[in-house]
Amino acid sequence: MAEKLIFELSSPGRKGYSLPQPDCPRKDAARILPKEFLRENRAELPEVSENDCVRHFTRLSVLNHHIDRGFYPLGSCTMKYNPKLNEQVARLPGFTELHPLQSEEQAQGALELMYHLGEYLSKIAGMDKVTLQPAAGAHGELTALLMIRAFHRKSGNPRSKVVIPDSAHGTNPASVSLAGYRTVQIKSNNQGMIDLGELERNVDEEVAAFMLTNPNTLGLFEIDILKVAEIIHTVGAKFYMDGANLNALLGYASPAEMGFDIIHFNLHKTFSTPHGGGGPGGGALGVKEEMVPFLPAPTVEKREKRDEFYLDYDYPDSIGKVHSFYGNFGVMIRAFAYIRSLGTEGLREVAKSAIINANYLKESLKEFYDLPYDLPCMHEFVLSGNRQKSLGVRTLDIAKRLLDYAFHAPTIYFPLIVPEALMIEPTESESKETLDAFIEAMKKIAEEAKTNPEVVKSAPHHTPVGRLDEAKAAKELNVRWTKQGTQVY
Amino acid sequence: MGSNYLPSTESDQRKMLKRIGVESFRELLERSMPASLIKENLPDLPPALSEMEVSSLLTGLSRKNLNLGEVTSFLGGGVYDHFIPAVIDQLLLRSEFYTAYTPYQAEASQGTLQSIYEFQSLICELTGMEVANASMYDGATAAAEAALLACSQTGKKQVLVGSNVHPDYLQVMRTYFSGLEVELSEIAFQEGLVDFADFEDKISDKIAAVIIQSPNFFGLLEDISLFEPEVHRSGALLVQVFDPISLGILKTPGEYNVDIAVAEGQPLGLPLSYGGPYLGLMATKSSLVRRLPGRLSGATVDHRGRRGFVLTLQTREQHIRREKATSNICTNQALCALAAAIYLSLMGKEGIREVAELCLEKSRYAQEQICKLDGFMLKFSSPFFKEFVIETRLKAEVIVESLGKQGILPGVDLDRYFPGMDRCLMIAVTEKRTKEEIDTLVEVLSKL
Repeated sequence: MAEKLIFELSSPGRKGYSLPQPDCPRKDAARILPKEFLRENRAELPEVSENDCVRHFTRLSVLNHHIDRGFYPLGSCTMKYNPKLNEQVARLPGFTELHPLQSEEQAQGALELMYHLGEYLSKIAGMDKVTLQPAAGAHGELTALLMIRAFHRKSGNPRSKVVIPDSAHGTNPASVSLAGYRTVQIKSNNQGMIDLGELERNVDEEVAAFMLTNPNTLGLFEIDILKVAEIIHTVGAKFYMDGANLNALLGYASPAEMGFDIIHFNLHKTFSTPHGGGGPGGGALGVKEEMVPFLPAPTVEKREKRDEFYLDYDYPDSIGKVHSFYGNFGVMIRAFAYIRSLGTEGLREVAKSAIINANYLKESLKEFYDLPYDLPCMHEFVLSGNRQKSLGVRTLDIAKRLLDYAFHAPTIYFPLIVPEALMIEPTESESKETLDAFIEAMKKIAEEAKTNPEVVKSAPHHTPVGRLDEAKAAKELNVRWTKQGTQVY
Repeated sequence: MGSNYLPSTESDQRKMLKRIGVESFRELLERSMPASLIKENLPDLPPALSEMEVSSLLTGLSRKNLNLGEVTSFLGGGVYDHFIPAVIDQLLLRSEFYTAYTPYQAEASQGTLQSIYEFQSLICELTGMEVANASMYDGATAAAEAALLACSQTGKKQVLVGSNVHPDYLQVMRTYFSGLEVELSEIAFQEGLVDFADFEDKISDKIAAVIIQSPNFFGLLEDISLFEPEVHRSGALLVQVFDPISLGILKTPGEYNVDIAVAEGQPLGLPLSYGGPYLGLMATKSSLVRRLPGRLSGATVDHRGRRGFVLTLQTREQHIRREKATSNICTNQALCALAAAIYLSLMGKEGIREVAELCLEKSRYAQEQICKLDGFMLKFSSPFFKEFVIETRLKAEVIVESLGKQGILPGVDLDRYFPGMDRCLMIAVTEKRTKEEIDTLVEVLSKL
């Protein structure tokens, strides 16, 4: 049975809270404040007991697929294991009970952690400095593009365009627009990589930056990366790395050596901080020396002599703040703990295992599904459901059927350059046994597509609800409960 | 060697490499990327630590911070030390919630999707607004996105913002606008409140949005109804930055006929955590729903007619609309939104009012007691909710430092935000402060 809404569990007179008796002189709000400032009706919040509330959210929780239950091969999302230690240390009262406006003296532990995390990330990417302020990957992209704009503006012309490949994440062009630039999208070559000719034709002195994910969204390392960097730098544009796929490079390759000037890190991907059903994340940004003056202030610095940490606001050319305070500190603690747990060798093992796992899946699955770019991959690869589509089974159906086998589906219909795309990223967290079980499920679905397509097309069958009508959701928009009943906009 | 986070054994890897058709990982890597870019040396990072060692390292760092639990804090300035019921963290610790991704496969994500739908509904009920999204990064970025929404809705590029809106919000807005040629003008404040004459001077048919915070940065209540008719007559959208706890008693953005209401959601069950993760709240009129930034959960049915929830109106979003998306936001603050949903469910209709009343009464008591002291005056005379500004003979810096030594954090030195207001101390009193603590604060101040 479906779980009721919390509002539908409400009964007047029940309470889920416990507050102390008022100890200051009791005054009716209406005696303290002029009546015109007071709300006329109470907020129609539910009235439930504490136990009702706990049961409700617990029952909701078990409707979710999640990493602690099983495999979650969402491509480009790096759904790796979230270490439990990190949850515990992030909850230490010395971290959670710390107000952002306390003095630096009172926050030395937090500043020290942020300083070192910045250092670690810098070293991993070969960058000169890191800001931890952006709250998510897309936030990091925007921050970087605004810095790039400030950089070019300082040399006289902010420029007007940003180039991205057609395999780019949707956040890239969206961030470009938000930074006031125009997106120029270039076609990938038949290897799924940057077409140097196409790039050269589209690069001129009006290009502010080129944004590239490497390994790209096909899971392929951009083989001509050094030439790409040269082309970009010849016109004075900045080379930006979308770090969503950094997991593949940990310890083995340095974005700086590839020619990148700026990179964003997804702490909630590469550095194991939990995704929380859609955040909070962390979109730290690493930059080369030349870009440092434009960083959002403050940065965390160290007074070497006194072994003391402080916030440095002295950035006259800063783009300004991008977050109320210093970023998602709670996420930083987890990323810090992850890096210290694995250490430098462990991080390299992460990349190694992620790459082997992806290639193993790719080699094991390409017999059953089309593999448009049959090259050795890095941490992920993209299959196409074209073969199954010709049997009337779409990639969406395959994804839904996987849910029946207790696996989460891969990322589907992305990247846009692969028809019926299934983008699979196993991460290093999975054992060979799990990968083999996934291969078996994918094989079975390929077989079902031939012998019993209906069972795939009508999937999922074993989830809490069956296939949901997305068109109806958008057409008869119902995005909230109301006391009067359904409100459709 | 080996890590507890990495299940692959050497023997597993050998088998897998064999299936891939290579002799070694090195060979695989050289086939995948230019050999010249493969680093021989490991990055200069510390070696691995055991669980015990990491735990004690982090515990050590946490102890170098002054934990608010060990002092009495009257610090506010946009984020507050409100009470957090134990239920919230226990539920957030359910890995079904925290180890799930953005709910792209709705049928396997009903827990997240229904809780977002409930979050949206709770925020609507609290604010009196018609729709709410699934969250933004924080209050400041929500305010910036509200302004951009107004620009796209009105086709105009000037925004009027009260200069008593949180200064960090103003900064973040300026940063967000820097690429888009959106022009931000400030409305002056008088006696801590938005100056109506200055507003009237600056409002025109070129304005996309008027942004007013109430309670404003100084804690004072703005009479939004004063501005509303003129803002709408000029064709602009009215944006209010609100305090979610205050709406337990205060007139709602909905009642003020506000178009977009935004807030820092931290007071709704989130720890202070040195600045984040927090929660940006955004609620609007239903006419703006197709321009909302970010995720939105909507109710629908499955093939058997059972109720279920999906991410909806996704054509607004970056993964579909790319450069024409309403925002670039992807990952938001979902788990923080869940915390807020649990908080509002627990507090309910009565609890949210009680918390708000406690804040109001206690802050009023504190202000009255402090103002009885010689040399301590209320800086602004109009009504406030839970935060107020005291002006003294002494520098606020001196007070903060002196009381800090006695285990009291008396508030925010306003010189930090408004250079020159160095004798102004902004004091926040939440439901967590007891009369005894307030009396101690007053006593300590009296001895300065």
